[in-house]
Amino acid sequence: MVITRKVEFSASHVCRNPELSDAENQRLFGMAANPHGHGHNYVVEVSLRGDPDPVTGMVLDLKELKEILRREIVEPYDHRFLNYEVPPFDREVPTTENIARDIWRRLEPRFAGRTGQLHGVRVYETPDLYVDYFGELPCSA
Amino acid sequence: MFRVTRRYGFAASHRLHSIELSEDENRRLYGKCNNPYGHGHNYVVEVSARGPLDAVTGRAVDTALLDDLVRREVIAPFDHRNLNVEVAGFASVPPTSENLGYEICRRLKRNWKEVFPGEWPKLEKIRIGETPRNIFEIGADEIE
Repeated sequence: MVITRKVEFSASHVCRNPELSDAENQRLFGMAANPHGHGHNYVVEVSLRGDPDPVTGMVLDLKELKEILRREIVEPYDHRFLNYEVPPFDREVPTTENIARDIWRRLEPRFAGRTGQLHGVRVYETPDLYVDYFGELPCSA
Repeated sequence: MFRVTRRYGFAASHRLHSIELSEDENRRLYGKCNNPYGHGHNYVVEVSARGPLDAVTGRAVDTALLDDLVRREVIAPFDHRNLNVEVAGFASVPPTSENLGYEICRRLKRNWKEVFPGEWPKLEKIRIGETPRNIFEIGADEIE
């Protein structure tokens, strides 16, 4: 069984690779490379896979899941400029892909040894663009 | 593994009618979707591609390239059109969302390598919603 909980945060970012020229960044990232940054209302869906506990009937207590997502995602990300305030985006371009992977890395240890294992992280940058990340699996998996 | 999904929309009219069936059978099968002058929908199309991260850009899919491909192959020919009359293929095949999904997937698959010549990203699937309540999903592997 897969259960999913959604959280939101608002943040600003700029997509530039410092090793590339301005023209190259503009070509690769378009308006997302504008130097002073811009922002989004991000929506994150976190999915856990597992069997319901036979006593509680729950894969994971949703109150606890809510608290984990608040602490690991909302707390560090909400109302921040990702490039300046949220590592690893001081050295990684805060693309939707890299944000999804960073959130996965923050969350995965929190569910180690639990009945509900992290299954997927979906990050919506806008309602028209989202990325699913399923961990360090080969792309053919 | 990353899956990147982009959402697009187009508005089009259609009429469900099979040339294999009689007038009565069409009416019975498709109901109001068979009304003679057709009707329309705001279609929503999601296109998903998968691949590893590009080390330079931090992205798995160049969405500007994907947008160009989808706009050229799907949005431009379908948007504000009568599908039965103006989109090749739907003169003889009823433009159900199933068949629309197959057609969209075929068009993207046929032109994919021209836009994304490397091993990655690969087209994974498309989803088409005729209305927010009817959604059809087709894996790129399901068609030729």
